[in-house]
Amino acid sequence: MSTQSYQVIGTRPIRHDGVDKVTGRALYGADIQMAGLLHGAILRSPHAHARIRSINTSKAEALAGVKAVVTAADFPPTGDRIVDLGEGETPLSYIRGNILASGKVLYRGHAVAAVAATSPHIAAEAASLIEVEYEPLPCVLTAPEAMRPGAPLLHEDLKTKEFGQQTDRVSNIAEHFRHSLGDLEKGFAEADIVLEREFHTATVHQGYIEPHNATALWNNDGRLLIWCSTQGAFVVRDTTACILDLPVSQVKVTPMEIGGGFGGKIPVYLEPVAALLSKKTGRPVKIVMSRKEVFEGTGPTPGSFIRIKIGAKRDGRFTAAQADLAYEAGAYPGAMVGAGAMTVFAAYDIPNVTIDGYDVVVNKPSTAAYRAPGATNAAFATETVVDEIAEHLGLDPLDLRLKNAAKEGTRRADGLKYRRIGCVEVLEAMKAHPHYRAPLEGANRGRGVAIGYWFNAGLPSSCTISVNADGSVTLVEGSTDIGGTRTSVAMQAAEVLGIPAGSVHPVVVDTDSVGFTAVTGGSRTTFATGWAAYEAAQDVLRQMKERAAKLWGLEPSAVRFEGGHFRASGHEISFAELAARLAETGGPVVGRATVNPRGVGGSFAGCIVDVEVDPETGKTSILRFTSIQDAGRAIHPSYVEGQMQGGSVQGIGWALNEEYFMGPDGEMRNSSLLDYRMPTALDLPMIDTQIVEVPNPGHPFGVRGVGEANIVPPPAAIANAIYRAVGVRMRRLPMSPPNLMQELWKKS
Amino acid sequence: MARVFIPSLLRSFTGGSAEVEANGATVRELIEDLEARYPGIRQRLLEGSHLRPNISVAVDGEVSPLGLLETVSPTSEVHFLAAIKGGMAPSMGSLSPSSAP
Amino acid sequence: MQKKMHVTATINGEVQEFLCEPRQSLLECLRDILHLTGTKEGCNDGNCGSCTVLMDGRLVTSCLVLGPEASGAEIVTVEGLARGRELHPLQKAFLEQAALQCGVCTPGFLVAAKALLDREPQPSEQRIRWWLANNLCRCTGYDKIVRAVQQAAAELAATQGGMNRL
Repeated sequence: MSTQSYQVIGTRPIRHDGVDKVTGRALYGADIQMAGLLHGAILRSPHAHARIRSINTSKAEALAGVKAVVTAADFPPTGDRIVDLGEGETPLSYIRGNILASGKVLYRGHAVAAVAATSPHIAAEAASLIEVEYEPLPCVLTAPEAMRPGAPLLHEDLKTKEFGQQTDRVSNIAEHFRHSLGDLEKGFAEADIVLEREFHTATVHQGYIEPHNATALWNNDGRLLIWCSTQGAFVVRDTTACILDLPVSQVKVTPMEIGGGFGGKIPVYLEPVAALLSKKTGRPVKIVMSRKEVFEGTGPTPGSFIRIKIGAKRDGRFTAAQADLAYEAGAYPGAMVGAGAMTVFAAYDIPNVTIDGYDVVVNKPSTAAYRAPGATNAAFATETVVDEIAEHLGLDPLDLRLKNAAKEGTRRADGLKYRRIGCVEVLEAMKAHPHYRAPLEGANRGRGVAIGYWFNAGLPSSCTISVNADGSVTLVEGSTDIGGTRTSVAMQAAEVLGIPAGSVHPVVVDTDSVGFTAVTGGSRTTFATGWAAYEAAQDVLRQMKERAAKLWGLEPSAVRFEGGHFRASGHEISFAELAARLAETGGPVVGRATVNPRGVGGSFAGCIVDVEVDPETGKTSILRFTSIQDAGRAIHPSYVEGQMQGGSVQGIGWALNEEYFMGPDGEMRNSSLLDYRMPTALDLPMIDTQIVEVPNPGHPFGVRGVGEANIVPPPAAIANAIYRAVGVRMRRLPMSPPNLMQELWKKS
Repeated sequence: MARVFIPSLLRSFTGGSAEVEANGATVRELIEDLEARYPGIRQRLLEGSHLRPNISVAVDGEVSPLGLLETVSPTSEVHFLAAIKGGMAPSMGSLSPSSAP
Repeated sequence: MQKKMHVTATINGEVQEFLCEPRQSLLECLRDILHLTGTKEGCNDGNCGSCTVLMDGRLVTSCLVLGPEASGAEIVTVEGLARGRELHPLQKAFLEQAALQCGVCTPGFLVAAKALLDREPQPSEQRIRWWLANNLCRCTGYDKIVRAVQQAAAELAATQGGMNRL
């Protein structure tokens, strides 16, 4: 496959939605205007943990301009059941409870009530007039604290599950699971060196620039219409229908342009609330979160406590590894610890492994996915221990990794065996990169490396392709385009049809207008929706061959398609020429496909980073950064590089500055973009990239998916670089100036 | 017979064995055969006639979108995995848009 | 309800009149009253730069300017960058360099970068980074944005009269 030459794949066309996005014409969720539009505002809990004694909405309702107030009592009584809404199965009561609290509030910022009014200012004022009487309860904010016997309980009925078994242990540990492979004791006994280290990572936010928003109109015909910013319109449809006890066919969701998501725009927060307000008022209602609400009320990604133990022979071969991962789920079960456990040693072939995972609820916002969720925390721990082993054994850190690298056939601790993966290729590319050998001189400077993994996902996607008489096609898909996927999907159809990327017009449509399509997440869109486009294009070709055969009086099997032309003995017609003759050969041609693909190919990403630490202030500067990732096949290399650069910089922010700075009362003390310090252009150098292509045999073009693995290695690589710069091993994220100074002071 | 990998926390049913053999043309049949050999294990994998929430099944290295209906061959490797909510991939086998029960 | 105020301002070269409440920000006026929704809100406290516009040639975050303060001012928003059907060299460069992913910060970056190139036609990389540090992008890691500004600067320099563009 790698020797095949492509016409479209691997080129860098201008993205189809580009002009609208540089002229300000593209419509995002908050841009919706419509006649009679009301504006919603949400009242949120000032306590991290409290019982709600009463809610009095009369003063708010009396304010001029207020049209409706809703609380959890306005939800229909659907009872509880288990639902799967795109990210694994969850009790409906948890999803509903997070949207509007009932009985108890579980974190500061937990939504309690909502108002619709004629302007956003009146709505905000009215929300502040709602009187809620709380009985404050003690709160727990970290996993180790919440796991302690006697810790305050978030859910008094939550019993720890152990692989399908409900135990009778009531605690904040929602689930405990274990993966084990081989004989751990024997493995450690064989080791010449065993290192055991503990790590803490802070809660961080995805930090998309566009706040959550939703507009709902409960129409007079009983249908609920929603316009919103989401990674998955069908997830919004299904969640909203479940919560409001409606058949899914009664809900239509139109995904607007989305201003970033990174996993954080999979959960549903506002849509059912806007819907209830619209039902009460008979008017469309728009709710847009403030930045503070985004920080306090939407899913950050878990903070964690991790213990790693690795044993190695003198020659560097790993003999055993053990991990304990306790991830903070936030207010409701569902930390990303399952993924953490499946990635913590994913880069290595280790014969004896045990991994224990704990999903722990704490009084912080319910966590959501964030770009390779769970994997960055885990790799920070593993990859710094691996670096320490290399140091102890006097080995090059990349040589040590290569010696133990996972490859096709390696069995992971969760039991699965790898198919073709690019771990070795990425490590070799890192070793061969000029950055790795470049001299790095000067005081307080150091270089670090690390590698990370993400599985990527398959999941259903649907697509139709209509052929236009001018030789172009219209491609209809259901994947919201967060970073150029209209184009990477369209390019795969163009490649099949032998037409330029610009002759495919991709449109992302509402849930009435395309078959079910899972979220834009899991690095799946270019892989799975691209595959649907590939199949739909094949369907177009099949029908077009029939038309050519009709023109020529031949059997369809006599027609072949090559180089953009249909050919049979003595006959030839281009795709565009035949497109102009569809009317006379039988009418329009529409190709369609739905896929739920197997053959998902995971991606490895590595990075090389040079830092300089200011020993006076503890500030770490990134001098040079190189990201190297296995894309399988880079459909549009510019947007692959863009994913690598963006993921790397989010990893840098996570490493150096970002954290929920929590007061003991559970209040986030830095809930603004001034104080929650994301990297700016001035904090960074250029982010160099090198795309490795180890084609995924499971995809027609070899695509793996590149959205996520790139965020995984930077914190560990930076920690390793800091060690080489100033001699301290950082085992806490973020490695912010105060945290780094503490370690420097301890050392001196 | 297919090779079935038993999750660590279910090995009490198999006398500590991490890997056992079982017959069945589908995952559902395979679980019935496991139950005959290791009584009690079915109830840890199924809730009623469905896979338990947060358990997914992988056949030949790939988490199956079909779950219990997935075909198993005599040379297959079958894994039952804890699919904790979140993170897409571990739960990727169990997506059913508006699933009951 | 507060009494509305009458405001006259030149917006993207055209004189516009509108009524706004004194508490409404320029950002709200642009988006909700004038329907110029290209200017985005990311934080409403001046820290993300998504709502950046030019006000009498000066860069402002429009969420921190009150609507009535725009009285008599000349405002340029992202909608005012292209000349008719011709994109501004910065807009072209952003497309060619793939300098946007989700695109929600892009209007603010374009306006800020235009202000830079209007003042300093040939900024260094460090100067570009310093100038754009008021604008947050969470998708791109800034690499391709910086390159796009460099490309636009080079194109403007190569074009006769490029420095005199609006």
